[in-house]
Amino acid sequence: MSDTSVPAGALPKLDRSFSEIRAIKSALLTTGAWVVALLAALPLVSVLYMLIVQGGARLSLELLTDLPPAGFEVGGGFGNAILGTFVMVGIAALIAIPIGILAAAYLADLAPDSRLAKVTRFLAKVLTGFPSILAGVFVYAVIVLAMGTYSALAGGVALAVLMVPTIVLTAEEAMKMVPRKMKDAAIGMGCTRSQVIWQVVLPTGLPGILTGVILAVARVAGESAPLLFTALFSNYWLSGLAEPTASLSILIYNFSSMPFDNQIELAWAASLVLVLIVLVFNILSRLVGRPTA
Amino acid sequence: MVDTHPFAADADAITRPPSRREFALDRSFTGLTTASAWALVLLVAYILYEIGRQALPAIHDYHVGFLWGTTWDAQKETFGVLPAIWGTIYSSLLALMIGGFFGITMAIFLTQGFLPARLAVVFRTIVDMLAAIPSVVFGLWGIFVVIPTIRPVADLLHDWLGFIPYFSTTLSGPGLLPAALVLAIMVLPTVAAISQDALQLVPYRTKEAAYGMGATRWEAILKVMLPTAAGGIFSALVLGFGRALGETMALAMLIGNSNQISVSLFAPANTLASLLASNFPEAGQIERQALMYAALVLLAITLAVNVAGNYILALTTRRMSGGRS
Repeated sequence: MSDTSVPAGALPKLDRSFSEIRAIKSALLTTGAWVVALLAALPLVSVLYMLIVQGGARLSLELLTDLPPAGFEVGGGFGNAILGTFVMVGIAALIAIPIGILAAAYLADLAPDSRLAKVTRFLAKVLTGFPSILAGVFVYAVIVLAMGTYSALAGGVALAVLMVPTIVLTAEEAMKMVPRKMKDAAIGMGCTRSQVIWQVVLPTGLPGILTGVILAVARVAGESAPLLFTALFSNYWLSGLAEPTASLSILIYNFSSMPFDNQIELAWAASLVLVLIVLVFNILSRLVGRPTA
Repeated sequence: MVDTHPFAADADAITRPPSRREFALDRSFTGLTTASAWALVLLVAYILYEIGRQALPAIHDYHVGFLWGTTWDAQKETFGVLPAIWGTIYSSLLALMIGGFFGITMAIFLTQGFLPARLAVVFRTIVDMLAAIPSVVFGLWGIFVVIPTIRPVADLLHDWLGFIPYFSTTLSGPGLLPAALVLAIMVLPTVAAISQDALQLVPYRTKEAAYGMGATRWEAILKVMLPTAAGGIFSALVLGFGRALGETMALAMLIGNSNQISVSLFAPANTLASLLASNFPEAGQIERQALMYAALVLLAITLAVNVAGNYILALTTRRMSGGRS
């Protein structure tokens, strides 16, 4: 027996037997947490199952090339809606990405602690929880009433309103991750602040910024509320930016309440396509944002 | 041997002061970024102003009585949003109770070491994917999966427990319960994400201390981790509530768009957002003004909730990370 051994009874019993009620309680709660987590996964599984079974059944090339069918017609597709979705998301990206990244540069680098930066940051956070339908109401009042018609342009602007705050916040985070030392070194070599941003911060923070941008694109691609009364819908191919435009999400909404099987099937197929588009953007954002080292 | 002036332009030097042109470019670029930051502030101001301006005629016509009026009739030009406000808050609270419970449990499950790293990635992806699925797709799924699934249960509850006001009507298709269930699924990712951040902010030592004193895993979670992260989790619930209040499409497809006030879970109802979605496209001049008023009400409610949630979040995050924002 050496002197370093612990006398019996000095240490509490560290293993817990199930005869203790506390241990049973803990085990029960752990089981409960598993049940809750699996239940939470159930809706996703069900949605994906329905998309693949119901939507996959109608998947064909003519979906991409045909126009939406009228009431009792069979067949048809939603090529114009896919095109419309991409065009409007494109317009939104063209407006929102420059403004969002520039504002983020201001927040992250130029004046992070100024009053304007604090207000902007706070408003951006508030705007991320802004009901998307209100973006539609706003753009209706500003653009649709002024132009006198529903249009792809108005739809794009409404989506841009929803994109900007997401881009600002994620791009700011990405730019803040750029090490202070790199910026200091650039300034020490005689760079102006904007050169620091262009040649150090933006290239270094690019993966993070792209992640945010692509996520913002993914988010608005599935939006429908802001398009309801800005872009409206159209049964024909897009022929200009100043006229009503079809989108996948509005097509799903319209067709979901129709009493025709053909339209319901198309709604499921459109849902599948829409979810695929959104997921592709989501996966892309992860691949881009993955640290290269 | 260096005897030239240190700042003199030197063809070989890698450092030099900016030229005048670079200064001018710098000035204009920083101006542009400042303008972009201002653009966001002005956008919010413009949204408030424009929706307020459009609602002005209706405010003038219906005053505050609009808020407790119970009929919405475009023919008679009588407009009131009490049923829509009731439906908005009722469905959002229901969704928050369900989605909040699942979201917080999910956050605990993901942050408190229940899962091996690889499985944690799977569950995290599930939550992310729930957040990524568009609202309309949830609406479609709600119509063809949720409603048929819960209808037998709802009928049973109505038959047996119909004397309880919550079960006092039958579920004839769309209604409050299916809408709230789908809304709960949509709120879950928001609550889970913000709660996870809050739980991760709790220093590891705090948990170690609890374990060191002999707490079981769940005693440590329930008595130490959750109270310490309470501020952040509370803000997660508030922000989730804000998200639920403004959610539109799934509700417009599932809630039945009926302007009535009922506590029954199976009765069709309406929300402010789905009132806008379903009435706006075909509304005439007068009704459109009234809808703008309803939009203003929705804007005020969601703005208040979101500002409160973000404020609490900023406050607790600052406290938890020891003064560093």
